[in-house]
Amino acid sequence: MIQIKQIHKSYITGQNSLHVLKGIDLEIKAGEMISIMGASGSGKSTLLNILGILDNYDSGEYFLDGVKINRLSERKAAQLRNKMLGFVFQSFNLVSFKNAMENVALPLYYQDVPRKKRNLIAMEYLERMGLKEWAHHLPNELSGGQKQRVAIARALIGKPKVILADEPTGALDSTTSLEVMDILQEVNATGITVIIVTHEHDIAMRTRKTIRITDGNITEVIVN
Amino acid sequence: MFDIDRWQEIYHVLRKNKLRTFLTAFGVFWGIFMLVIMLGSGNGLQRGVTQNFGDMATNSVFIWTQQTSIPYKGFPRGRQYNFDNEDVIAIRHSIPEIKYLAPRIQAGGFMQTNNVIRGLKSGIFNIMGDYPAFNKIDPLNFTSGRFINDLDIKDKRKVAVIGSRVVDFLFTKNENPINQYIQIQGVYFQVIGIFTSKRTGEQANQENQNIYLPFTTLQQTYNYGNAVGFFSITSQDDIPVSVVEEKTIRLLKKRHAVAPADETAVGHFNLKKEYDKMQGLFFGIRLLVWIVGTGTLLAGVIGVSNIMLVVVRERTKEIGIQRALGATPWKVISQIVMESVVLTTFAGYFGLVVGVGLLELINFLLGSTGANTEMFVHPGIDFSVAVTALTILVICGVLAGMIPARRAVSVKPIDALRYE
Repeated sequence: MIQIKQIHKSYITGQNSLHVLKGIDLEIKAGEMISIMGASGSGKSTLLNILGILDNYDSGEYFLDGVKINRLSERKAAQLRNKMLGFVFQSFNLVSFKNAMENVALPLYYQDVPRKKRNLIAMEYLERMGLKEWAHHLPNELSGGQKQRVAIARALIGKPKVILADEPTGALDSTTSLEVMDILQEVNATGITVIIVTHEHDIAMRTRKTIRITDGNITEVIVN
Repeated sequence: MFDIDRWQEIYHVLRKNKLRTFLTAFGVFWGIFMLVIMLGSGNGLQRGVTQNFGDMATNSVFIWTQQTSIPYKGFPRGRQYNFDNEDVIAIRHSIPEIKYLAPRIQAGGFMQTNNVIRGLKSGIFNIMGDYPAFNKIDPLNFTSGRFINDLDIKDKRKVAVIGSRVVDFLFTKNENPINQYIQIQGVYFQVIGIFTSKRTGEQANQENQNIYLPFTTLQQTYNYGNAVGFFSITSQDDIPVSVVEEKTIRLLKKRHAVAPADETAVGHFNLKKEYDKMQGLFFGIRLLVWIVGTGTLLAGVIGVSNIMLVVVRERTKEIGIQRALGATPWKVISQIVMESVVLTTFAGYFGLVVGVGLLELINFLLGSTGANTEMFVHPGIDFSVAVTALTILVICGVLAGMIPARRAVSVKPIDALRYE
């Protein structure tokens, strides 16, 4: 599903250049569930952003489902993100003025699915998350766990091949964290590749494989 | 366009900071409002002044005699002379560029004792001797009867055409003046027509006090010999009146032994020249109004653009989320441009409505209070101007939204997502 070869990435700030990724090689097969761990500044988020086509890389190669991802136009990148990828963020990143159902339906909106149809589909996904009665609530009326479940529903609605989760439990208490991880495991069970960036051991332990990144290099691959 | 999510987002953005939205909208509102008020007032002024011309043919010139200022052919300077009936024939004969030639003679009426009497009633009125052509050059509005015709001229009939004020003075309300007789400077004339002026204000009052008699009748009745007071002339439609003016004056000078270089001996007034001057003035006013108006409007639109920049910055993260979920740059740009267009169009439309409303109110007040509005008649703007203004607004809205929209998509999605 995902193949990256010798990915390098530097950030240039003024005169200083910060070499964040120093030649990453990684292959993730379809249906895998892996976690990426590392200290702050190790480059794990940067890697995730490159995987999510939110950021460019300097050199190397990245194939997503056989498509070479390199300096795509913004339009093409947006379409690929919409079709192939689902994002789950630490801070949920729900759109504040849209209710839960509309938030979930957002990716379909960008596919120009008619409003009635996409809202119907969104309701299905909310029901799967056990949030049917919360469909018409705005994000600020939902708890952290509920928000993250809405975010996961939103990530799933476009039927992506890969779910990218950046510290999905970082803002949640431990009980809710477990719930969210249960959901992600269920998602993985349907065949969707799940990649989770985390620095929590318990979370990493629940994935099948953990990749540890230190100073821009993969230093360890642990099969749990 | 009829995309609920779009409108929901616009509503959210505009509502988020109501005061800011209001102030921004006010800039555009004020721009259009000022433009409408100024254009409308300019039109009112123009209509007022133009109406003072009545229906007078603008390609007309008026020529009368004055004192000579140069000794010529044995005559001293300071000589008084008169045009005469032979001049009429000569002009008709030798200047084919003339369309209407209306000689006139005036039989006093100003600064006199009562010169018109009917029974016990009397008044002071201007008495003019005219040809039928005069009604073509400076038309009157006939409420009943007719103007002088060729038979009146030929037979030297004792008939009179009188203005509405003359009727008010000499007749009671229930009387029909037509075919009645009035005594003008001792001679009886039969009333054949009643008119009102096409002008406004004081000029209309003056004209409504006129009495028109056949030129030939007046000349003979009051012993004017063959003298002519002045000529009203219009040129053929395709010939500039200045050509006719020049030719006629040259001819008259020759016939009355006036030095060709004498500038003061023949008085003349070229209405076309005055009219053109006035048109130039109004063109200038309109140009100024558009410059000032669009300037104000531009300031408003720049305000919108500025606020949209702020809004885009505030919403950086939100836009980042949308892009991460698959919103294409076009989707983001069109959304922001539409917000800007909605804001400008709405505010501008409101300004247009309020501006037109105010003009209509002024109209109503002018009408209902009966104020003397000789110089200011029916202020208002044309529908086409309103449409133009709205079109400009929409275009301005697009332009105002374009810069912020481009700014919004120029940020990398990841930077937008990280933005706090």
